[in-house]
Amino acid sequence: MIDKLVKNADEAVRDIHDNAVLMLGGFGLCGIPENSIAALLKTGVKGLTCISNNAGVDDFGIGLMLKTRQVKKMISSYVGENAEFERQLLAGELEVDLMPQGTLAERIRAGGAGIPAFFTPAGYGTEVAEGKEVREFDGKKYLMESWLRADFAIVKAWKGDSAGNLVFKGTARNFNPMMATAGKITIAEVEELVPLGELDPNHIHTPGIFVQRIFQGTGYEKRIEQRTVTS
Amino acid sequence: MLDKIGIAKRIAQEVRNGWYINLGIGIPTLVANYIPDNINVVLQSENGLLGIGPFPSEQNIDADLINAGKQTVTMMPGSALFNSADSFGMIRGGHVDLTILGAMEVSENGDIANWKIPGKMVKGMGGAMDLVASAENIIVAMQHKSRDGQSKLLKNCSLPITGIKCVKKIITDMAVLDVLPEGGFKLLERAPGVTVDEIKAATEGKLVVEGDIPEMVIG
Repeated sequence: MIDKLVKNADEAVRDIHDNAVLMLGGFGLCGIPENSIAALLKTGVKGLTCISNNAGVDDFGIGLMLKTRQVKKMISSYVGENAEFERQLLAGELEVDLMPQGTLAERIRAGGAGIPAFFTPAGYGTEVAEGKEVREFDGKKYLMESWLRADFAIVKAWKGDSAGNLVFKGTARNFNPMMATAGKITIAEVEELVPLGELDPNHIHTPGIFVQRIFQGTGYEKRIEQRTVTS
Repeated sequence: MLDKIGIAKRIAQEVRNGWYINLGIGIPTLVANYIPDNINVVLQSENGLLGIGPFPSEQNIDADLINAGKQTVTMMPGSALFNSADSFGMIRGGHVDLTILGAMEVSENGDIANWKIPGKMVKGMGGAMDLVASAENIIVAMQHKSRDGQSKLLKNCSLPITGIKCVKKIITDMAVLDVLPEGGFKLLERAPGVTVDEIKAATEGKLVVEGDIPEMVIG
């Protein structure tokens, strides 16, 4: 089996260069590649375009890379909960491209699947439609949206093996599997690296073909944004 | 006039057995608490869960299990987990039977505005545009008037819209209304203690009133 194993996050992100286009998995702070983000803070790489559903919070997730001014552009569906983000956006220091969440997910899926464009009803008749081709199918109007691909896709999984096979847990799956398919280089960090053969092939969410580098992360904080309990 | 709980209780009466339902943030989330025990539904969370359960106890909190509002949740027996592309496939593909969401404004032809206020920080549309563009059955939960007393049921939306001609039913603190296919808000029920005249005065868009309008029955 092809061995994708790298030592740690530092080795995995070593060649991420200035102005690279990245995809970063996660929904809110759930299922984000914590170790790789920490390693990117250390390399100090700049001018990054980050494709990620959200932009983290002020002191965690992508919010940390905003603080260090490493991000030039965010491509997201929802970017609330982040004061530094707001400041940079209003000051014209940060570009933002917002789109419907399903459109974002499908553009990434299309990028990984070799589909350059598709038609979706989301955003028809709204400002999202400006400048986009509209076509009618069976009496309903749809917008053409194009694929998204990245120089590096960085995903976080629950378990993985040296062949790059991945299994996700709970709603930490979210954007991670599609992003894994859409990176020229896909980096996977996992909570638990298991011996080859231990993952049941019937239960693998992301087949190893999509993953170029894998490592076991450490010290996962898994911060919770809205800790909500029954009273 | 209804409070938020009252609106949620009235919306819960619209829910039918066997439906898959997506609940938006705010009042829509509360609806889950008032669905009768004999009605079996499955709640979809667009971040990748079918079968949202109650909030966890302190001991059962799992950071890897949240709803679309980023709140910690649990799963019902028979739940399923999936990725975001599959999730929006369910939504756009018409597999979700009912979408309940909030709005800043609704127009008499069913346009909805709920994602952006010019001059204020733009947070993004999240999944709202996908939901309203696809759902066959959309109920809007909202206050009839804004805090400064302006009608939110308008001839045309003044805010940037989220989707066009998509809202079917509106349940507010004052009334239950259908959006007519030819345009206009058809008044179906009044909130307890609210008169038809008060609803007329609070509705800027075309209001259609036929016959006696019954008062809502809230359990």
